[in-house]
Amino acid sequence: MSILVNKDTKVIVQGFTGSEGTFHAEQCLAYGTNIVGGVTPNKGGQEHLGKPVFNTVQEAVDATGATVSMVFVPPAFVADAVMEAAEAGIELAVIITEGAPVKDMQMAKAHAVKHGMKTIGPNCPGIITADECKIGIMPGNIFKKGNVGLISKSGTLTYEGANQVVKEGYGITTAVGIGGDPIIGLSYKQLLPMFEADPETEAIVMIGEIGGDLEIQAAKLIKEQITKPVVAFIAGQTAPKGKRMGHAGAIVSGSAGTAKEKMDALEAAGVKVVVSPADIGKAVKEVLSK
Amino acid sequence: MNIHEYQAKQIFAQYGVPTPRGIVANTPEEAVKAAEELGGNIWVVKAQIHAGGRGLGGGVKLAKSIDEVKTLADEILGMTLVTHQTGPEGKLVQKVYIEEGADIKDELYLGVVLDRAKEMPVIMASTEGGMEIEKVAEESPEKIVKVAVDPAIGFQPFHGRELVFGLGITDKNEQKKFMQFASKLYNVYMDKDAEMIEINPLIKTGAGDFLALDGKMGFDDSALYRHPEIEEMRDISEEDPDEREAAQYGLSYIALDGEIGCMVNGAGLAMGTMDTINYMGGTPANFLDVGGKANAETVAKGFEIILKNPNVKAIFVNIFGGIVRCDRIANGILEATKMVDVHVPVIVRLDGTNAEEAAEILANANIPNVIPATDLADGAKKAVEAAKGAK
Repeated sequence: MSILVNKDTKVIVQGFTGSEGTFHAEQCLAYGTNIVGGVTPNKGGQEHLGKPVFNTVQEAVDATGATVSMVFVPPAFVADAVMEAAEAGIELAVIITEGAPVKDMQMAKAHAVKHGMKTIGPNCPGIITADECKIGIMPGNIFKKGNVGLISKSGTLTYEGANQVVKEGYGITTAVGIGGDPIIGLSYKQLLPMFEADPETEAIVMIGEIGGDLEIQAAKLIKEQITKPVVAFIAGQTAPKGKRMGHAGAIVSGSAGTAKEKMDALEAAGVKVVVSPADIGKAVKEVLSK
Repeated sequence: MNIHEYQAKQIFAQYGVPTPRGIVANTPEEAVKAAEELGGNIWVVKAQIHAGGRGLGGGVKLAKSIDEVKTLADEILGMTLVTHQTGPEGKLVQKVYIEEGADIKDELYLGVVLDRAKEMPVIMASTEGGMEIEKVAEESPEKIVKVAVDPAIGFQPFHGRELVFGLGITDKNEQKKFMQFASKLYNVYMDKDAEMIEINPLIKTGAGDFLALDGKMGFDDSALYRHPEIEEMRDISEEDPDEREAAQYGLSYIALDGEIGCMVNGAGLAMGTMDTINYMGGTPANFLDVGGKANAETVAKGFEIILKNPNVKAIFVNIFGGIVRCDRIANGILEATKMVDVHVPVIVRLDGTNAEEAAEILANANIPNVIPATDLADGAKKAVEAAKGAK
């Protein structure tokens, strides 16, 4: 079992024939992802990586029955691509694109919600269900199958966390990189209950960072609804105030969004909070051997 | 990206957001000319730097004669202004804004920012103008009126009513003026892809008019590509030269005051590395994200920028190789140490795809300054030890 995606998930790639789209679609295919085609306007009818190319998402959905789209469209056009997917009946858009204007994502997300389409990202590594389906840019070989679900705002910390879990002898059910932009799709609040409901997931790792209050909302939800053990790390304890730490959303403004505030809230909700990401693996072992 | 007050007011004026009249000046002579052109008998001389608290720091002064305008402009231009937002080193004032005096009856606050929880812009208003809004939020949150505006419908009259009734504006004429003011400011925010706008204070004059006495604007960097007119307003002297240089090479760099230089791929892991160094008893000298393509060139540039900081006693290179294999990165790091004279110990932790091959490459190279580490904890520990040993 897993959440959101598995080996049967039919995936299309928006921005299929571009260099990023091509490179990563190839990697995903090699991993075993069921990519059924892609979309690049004016290249409809061609074949790319052995899969059909369509001019519009609607054509691709009609022809292939795809339910998930992996989006590699450049930042200036990404909102358009996401809204197109929403109207074509795609159920989940995984938006890898980095540098999308915030105003555009506001509009695209609102439109996705209106059409009942879930989104992940933008500016994220994507989602992977170990040994079944990789929709994104993460190195698949790190994610050995197991019983730990992972949710992370940061790409490399996702890899770091998964790697430690595997080194401790455990593995991953599904890992979701939710991205660190100010406006993102699925977040802890939606994903934690999915992992709670997934029979194979026995523990959850959540990796957050400074800025915004998603982790605070997560703490509240964990207290009320999550019975499985949760291990958390919040990046940016040593980040100075008012400085944007790489991710567009990673900024402490005034006294809000600090790592300490988030760590305290999670701790109070019964989460095993680690001070360094180096301790994620050990903490998972601890909560799972209880 | 941020801009100066005078630039924000130029944008306000384009959208019909009322401001006092003013002219920017680079020299005392220009300041005099500006004051003469504005006319009247009272002027304000305002230092133009990208930081709040200018008044308290002595960067905003009232002049009652043209002579006084000249004296004050002379005094403020070239001064290093220290405010609570500049840090102790302060900022050099290179421009002043000469503005006509205003008849201040009340001071209010008006701002527009993104409400991340609601995922739409929120207009914030308060009767406590002139105070830091964070302070008001802490001490008397009931004095802040927040009205979120769904961009799908835009600013509607009911948003305006919520604002004016929330602020206790009772005069109908004033209500109308304030609602128009807020509506126009919302348009500025949306049209220009602003990240935040802050008017503090927004004043009510004796005649019942509302004016933006100050103006602060920040923009969404990701949207600058479609705003060349904003990009043109960039003042390079307001930006940290090292951060700027790093950005030109696709590196995200922020200087801190510790001793251990950090070079990491990914913003989250970069913060996590700083946190781990701190946890192990060391102090990070910087945040540096080399991005997804860590190669010899980016690593060499990273070394160069980190080593500009004389406090750096060791460097911790922490790379989690994903799609980019670790053996390639190891070779890149070795090459980079040849390109740049790295005179401090470099602790290298490479994990992920092909980590073992990478470890072998580093071990075989046998460069005295390069110390391999097995994982994040090991690397941080070795970096802290190396920095301590160097003292």
